[in-house]
Amino acid sequence: MFGRILQLLIKELLQFRRDRSARFRLLIPPVIQMLVFGYAATFEVFDVSTAILDQDRTQESRALTAAFVHSSRFRVTLSAATRQQLRDAVERSDAQVGLVIPPGFAELLRKGQTSPVQAVVDGTNSNTALIALGYVGQIAGTFGQDYAQDLARRTGRARGRPLVSVSLEERYWYNPNLNSRWFFVPGVIGSVLLITIVNLSAFAIVREREVGTLEQIMVTPIRPVEFLIGKTLPFFLIGLVEVAITTTVGMLWFQVPFRGSFLVLLAGTSLFLLCVLALGLLISTLCATQQQAFATNFFVLNPMFILSGFSFPIASMPEFLQWLTYLDPLRYFLVIIRATFLKGVGMEILWHQMLALAAIAFGLLAVAVLRFRKSLD
Amino acid sequence: MRLRRVRAVAVKEVLQIVRDPRSLMIALLIPLMQMFVFGYGVSLDVKHIPLCVQDREASQASRELVRHFGASRYFSAPRPLAGQGEIVRRLDDGTCRIVLVVPADFSRRLNDTGAAAVQALVDGTDSNTANIAANYARAVLSAYSAGLRLDTVQRRGESLQTLSPVDVESRVWFNEDLESRNFIVPGIVALVMAIVGAQLTALTIAREWERGTMEQLVSTPVEPMELLVGKLLPYFGLGLMDAAICLALAVFWFGVPFRGTLFTLFFTTSLFLLVVLCIGYLVSVSIRSQVAASQVALLLTMMPTVLLSGFAFPIDQMPALVRGVTFLVSARYYVHILKAVFLKGSGLTALALPILCLAVYALVLVVLAARAFRKTLD
Repeated sequence: MFGRILQLLIKELLQFRRDRSARFRLLIPPVIQMLVFGYAATFEVFDVSTAILDQDRTQESRALTAAFVHSSRFRVTLSAATRQQLRDAVERSDAQVGLVIPPGFAELLRKGQTSPVQAVVDGTNSNTALIALGYVGQIAGTFGQDYAQDLARRTGRARGRPLVSVSLEERYWYNPNLNSRWFFVPGVIGSVLLITIVNLSAFAIVREREVGTLEQIMVTPIRPVEFLIGKTLPFFLIGLVEVAITTTVGMLWFQVPFRGSFLVLLAGTSLFLLCVLALGLLISTLCATQQQAFATNFFVLNPMFILSGFSFPIASMPEFLQWLTYLDPLRYFLVIIRATFLKGVGMEILWHQMLALAAIAFGLLAVAVLRFRKSLD
Repeated sequence: MRLRRVRAVAVKEVLQIVRDPRSLMIALLIPLMQMFVFGYGVSLDVKHIPLCVQDREASQASRELVRHFGASRYFSAPRPLAGQGEIVRRLDDGTCRIVLVVPADFSRRLNDTGAAAVQALVDGTDSNTANIAANYARAVLSAYSAGLRLDTVQRRGESLQTLSPVDVESRVWFNEDLESRNFIVPGIVALVMAIVGAQLTALTIAREWERGTMEQLVSTPVEPMELLVGKLLPYFGLGLMDAAICLALAVFWFGVPFRGTLFTLFFTTSLFLLVVLCIGYLVSVSIRSQVAASQVALLLTMMPTVLLSGFAFPIDQMPALVRGVTFLVSARYYVHILKAVFLKGSGLTALALPILCLAVYALVLVVLAARAFRKTLD
């Protein structure tokens, strides 16, 4: 039995080495995806283009403006002279945030009263707008607190007594600088693995069927199960190599810390690869031509990718979609790979995910093998 | 260019589409699936963040503070944690995304100095959610502080002074409720158009090669430009139908506000459609296998549109080099136009620059596509 599997394995690897397009599919997309995702996918908010209209023109208003100018979050692109100019800038997307310091700003501050500042935000990109608004509030708040304290010290009067306030000291664990890259790069490793391996394995078997070599193989003494093992084992190995390559790129090129154990990652990757190979196999039993396999892959992989929590949090999805995500092996693998990279946790925490992957792998494999044997009759 | 020949090619292509329903499947199923999966699955709105609390003081004041967090719709009901060990465990296994630690001297400090601090330990793995969670926590605290000030002032019988020295009155334009769906869904329309458009035409020439009808095609008097126009016309119709489906879903199903004019939308959509159809056609001319042509077309349209068009990830936050690359992605202009037409109600004049870019893009591609087809068999 092992002899026959080994023979098939060697044949597959030889075929793979000679097939230029397969090598292309294996190497180029992962590398491009790693680079593009690593650099392009970011939800960070820095250098938000800002227009400021200072109608007060006092020391205080200039100090507040300076607080924005010196913040790395905002880039003041325009000192508007009129309200209309500011509106136009936001309207034309020249500025995402428009800030108006109205006349009397300093006077109210000096009296110890609340001094209003107006902020206009282009909400088109709601995520950026929300975060930018948070920063506006933070900068204005800090400025106000500092000013009130300063006033108290200078005047020593009751109305300048320090304001009661509760502040937040936040610490970000696992990713102290909230670098989006640390979130996306491990995710890319998982999704690239899913896409390439399902494509490779589904196409490999459908091609044999399309070209007619599947029948030739079936008249040899090889048994269906041996054929399946020999046929999928190469992709299993290729998958492991791919994870090794992409993980190395992630660690060395993108400098994402790897805090967990490689063994845990290996265990998770192996279980995930079983799911993915079973899926490829299942698709191959459903399709007679490569063209069909291509279309089926598209329809299966696309939702899996979106529903995995790769870039959009599962908790934000409507409830029925959240239930659907439990069927998505990528969902579990992303938890495993992000946790081994950033959190450094091991089996004691990740066993849920491992168990879920094992269950999905078992279910998919059973269906795939049954269908494959039937498709031979 | 003879109209008669163009029509002949177009009629033949229409017959082929009708008899081989695969193209129709692509044209109908992809938009529906993409719109629903993306429309529902892609959301960045953060609500009910799992919150845990370690109240080390357990005084009236600290419990009041925790109650404030519980009342916010941005956080889940706070789950109490016992010790440092449990904090680590809950953050590690993801039960909590944010842990609030109220120090043991919370009310003493608040009474003595008027300033106390609460610690928030945030799971930074998902950096975007973490950032938003911290923002919400700060907002809850500032509301709590304002309430405290009001209390103290009233207890002392003083006249009401300021609650916060500087108050930001914010106004959000174009997407007033900051719904992420409103900016994601127009982007999906672009994504669907890009994928479907290129897929439809990716097969058209490769099919002739695979079926062996290329020799017949070469022996006809048809000229490359006539072939291009004839081949693209039926798919242009299909593409416009897709656009109508997607836009109707966006407005009526997902409730995205539509503030522009249909004419602007129709004009720019036609331009973009021309671009993606030409991309598919170019792929089809250069690759003779249908499967390979579909794959290359998918690779050329999907990845750049998802990542580099500004559909979800803001372009101005990308490194300069990547930002430069986005200018080569046609979807970048169309996504910009769509968002502006939907949310801002911009017209042709306001969008002159992106429309011009798209038009130049289309022109270059049409010329390339017309030249790419050669009437030879090798």
